Formats: sequence, structure tokens, C-alpha cells
Amino acid sequence: MQDNIKKIQLTEKNDEFTRLVNELSGQIVTVCDQCGTCSGSCPMALEMDITPSTLMRMSQLGQREVMESRAMWLCAACFTCTSRCPRGLDLAKVAEALRQIKLRDAIRHVDLKKIPKEDLATLPPIALISCSQKFT
Amino acid sequence: MKIAYYPGCTLKATAKSLESSALAAAKALGIEMVEPEKWNCCGVVPSLTSDDLMRHIGPLRNLIHAQEMSKAGSVDGDPRILTLCPMCYNTLKSTNLRMRTKPDDLKTLNEFNYLDENYDGKVEVLHYLELLRDIGWDKVAAKVRKPLTGLKIAPYYGCLLLRPKEIGIDDPEEPTIQNELLNALGAESITFPYATRCCGSYQTVPEKYSVAEMTYEIIAMARKYGAEALSTSCPLCAFNLDNRQKEAQEKHSHFKPMPVFYFTQLMALAFGADRKECGFELNYIEPMTLLKEKKLM
Repeated sequence: MQDNIKKIQLTEKNDEFTRLVNELSGQIVTVCDQCGTCSGSCPMALEMDITPSTLMRMSQLGQREVMESRAMWLCAACFTCTSRCPRGLDLAKVAEALRQIKLRDAIRHVDLKKIPKEDLATLPPIALISCSQKFT
Repeated sequence: MKIAYYPGCTLKATAKSLESSALAAAKALGIEMVEPEKWNCCGVVPSLTSDDLMRHIGPLRNLIHAQEMSKAGSVDGDPRILTLCPMCYNTLKSTNLRMRTKPDDLKTLNEFNYLDENYDGKVEVLHYLELLRDIGWDKVAAKVRKPLTGLKIAPYYGCLLLRPKEIGIDDPEEPTIQNELLNALGAESITFPYATRCCGSYQTVPEKYSVAEMTYEIIAMARKYGAEALSTSCPLCAFNLDNRQKEAQEKHSHFKPMPVFYFTQLMALAFGADRKECGFELNYIEPMTLLKEKKLM
């Protein structure tokens, strides 16, 4: 084997993380073929630091750093990627699993107390409740 | 015909015009929407993790109320629950689907929720638009007293009414149900590429300028295709597409505002309902200039 080829080494810790994501999402992330349909479909992709397909790749490889991404929080669970994935994967569930791993460690993404009062006064209940469900 | 109706939180708060216009339009069609004596929050967004059963309790209890109403004979026909808000529709239907396909989960939740009667999985979750489709567009058209002639409306569908596909009421990529309704009302429905593109949903709380950018793109696209206004069924889409035009204007000085209606407001208008029931004064971008221009006011 050539020396300049970097071999991806999967440790037991990587495996453990992938298994956790699979279990919470009910999806088998290693089924992803990296075709990029999700990234091309995602309405939030332009705002994201990593694309949805990178998020899937990192989950396959058990790279916990994926949970430091802004992408998983920018997912609006609109299910566009879910309905288009040629492998039948539900990516909205994968993003939810990643968020849940963080949230269950009591690490919240949004502090409603920091939302300006004038915004809180106009935001409809549907926005505030869904935001709390997804981010706290 | 009497049907059980689940309003959800926002229809009692910022989206009162969605409820009042829907009730008026239903009345014209001979439908009485009966609210359960008690109901609770559906949770707005369906739980997406496999172990998060607790989040299904809220929707489940609302399904049980519909089941009770059907048994008590206070509504007609098979047990059903009618929704107007796509997020309520999606959460209730997601829970219903899980209860029907995972009997162990149903058993666990029934045992936990011992103060209510057991859920039997037989309630059908229905969106208002589905009910109209079942009634038939010709029957809807027959109730029109003031056709919306010349009004060019782009129906915006958003996400949760259509996706995921086992939940959605129409094709997830090329829906037509709202177009068919608007055509029955005499309006011209405009199909445009962003009709099913997400409005940003709850990102409107922490990322309001990102959402405003999406609003800008959706409205600019609708205008490019000849629309004079948008129609929607979702109180969150309505907030993002209507109220966030303020932020869109701050960023894009050339941006021209566009009225955003609930499809039920247009139904109530076409059916000749009271102006109060149409609730146009609750719209953020004022729609009266357009409606007067089209001689509909």
C-alpha cells in the first residue's frame, strides 16, 4: 500500500457513537452512499458550516465532532432530504438524534431568556413551543 | 354534519383569523366543527427519536378525546379529528401512525395514561383541506357567492402538510390540493417553484434574519411567476412569510411587500361571510388595497 494514502482507523469509541446515533434515530447511517441529494435539497444548506451529507459521513465514521456543527441546529426538520433520499434514510431523524445527545446532557442550544422582549411579544406560540422542543 | 375539531394553541392566540374564517366557511358547507370540552398542546413538532415515547402522550390524549366524542355520539360518522394547523396535523398523525404500527408502544402509553380511557387506534386524523377534497370541489364551487375573479394567488404548502410522505395529504413534490381549492373559488392559482420549500419554521426564534432571507426568496419567486398574494394553511408559515417581510424589507430596500392569506380567509370571502370572520385586519401586510383593486371589497 502506498504510504500517502490515509487509512481511516475506526476505534471502538467511533463504533459506539455510530451505534448510538443509529439507535436514537432508528436509521442505519452506514447505508448512506454520499450521493449528496440531501445537501442539494436542503433549504438551510447555504447557512450551514457542514453539508447534510458531511453530517451523515461524520456520523458513519463515529466522529463525535459532528455535534459541534451548526448544521444540526440549523435543520428545520422540513423532511425535504427525507423524502428525496434514494437510500430511504430519514436524515431529519439523524439530525434529531445528534441534537438529542447534546440536549440530554443538559446542554441547551437556545436560551429563551436571551431572546429580546420585543421579539417574544410578537412570536406566535407555535414558534416558541417548537423552538423549545428542538433546542432546549 | 358534526365533526370533532382540534384547534391547537396558535389558533386561539395569533392566528384567530384562521379559525374564525375556517368555522364560517365550514358552516356554509353544512359542517359543524365541534371542539372537545378539553384538549391539550400537541407538542407542535413530532418526536423524531425512537425512544422518546413520552412526547407522544400529548397528541395521544387529544386522539382519545376524539374517540370519546365519537362514542358519546356528539359527532357524526366514524371517529375522526379535524385539524387546521399543519403542525398539529403532523404531530397527531405521527403519533397515530406509531400507535397503529407499534402495538407495544400503544400498550405502554395506555398503561401510563391510566386516567383516560384506552386508545384503540381507530381515530382518523384529517386536515381541513382533505375534508374539502372529500366533499368535492364542485360542491365547494357551488357555495361561492363572490368569485375571486382576477385574483392571482400562489398557494404555499410548506413542509408538514406534505412530508414525510406517509403523513402528507398530497404529493410531497408537486401538490395541487390548494390550487384546486383556489380554482374552485374562482381565483387564478399560480404554481411556483418554492411552493414546497421550507419557510425556516422554528428557526424564526434564534435566526430571524436567516428566515427573513428565505421569506424574501419565496416571495420574490412567487412574484416572478405572477402572483399577487400567497395563501397558506400554517400559522408558523404565515408568521414567517407575512411578519418577517419587515426584516426582509430592512435588508432589501427594493423588496415589495405581498399579502399572505390563510386559504380559509379566501374561502370565507368567496362564500360571502361576515368581514369580521374573514379577519383581514389581523394580516401583517395589509391585503385590503389588493382586494379593493379586484373589487372584492
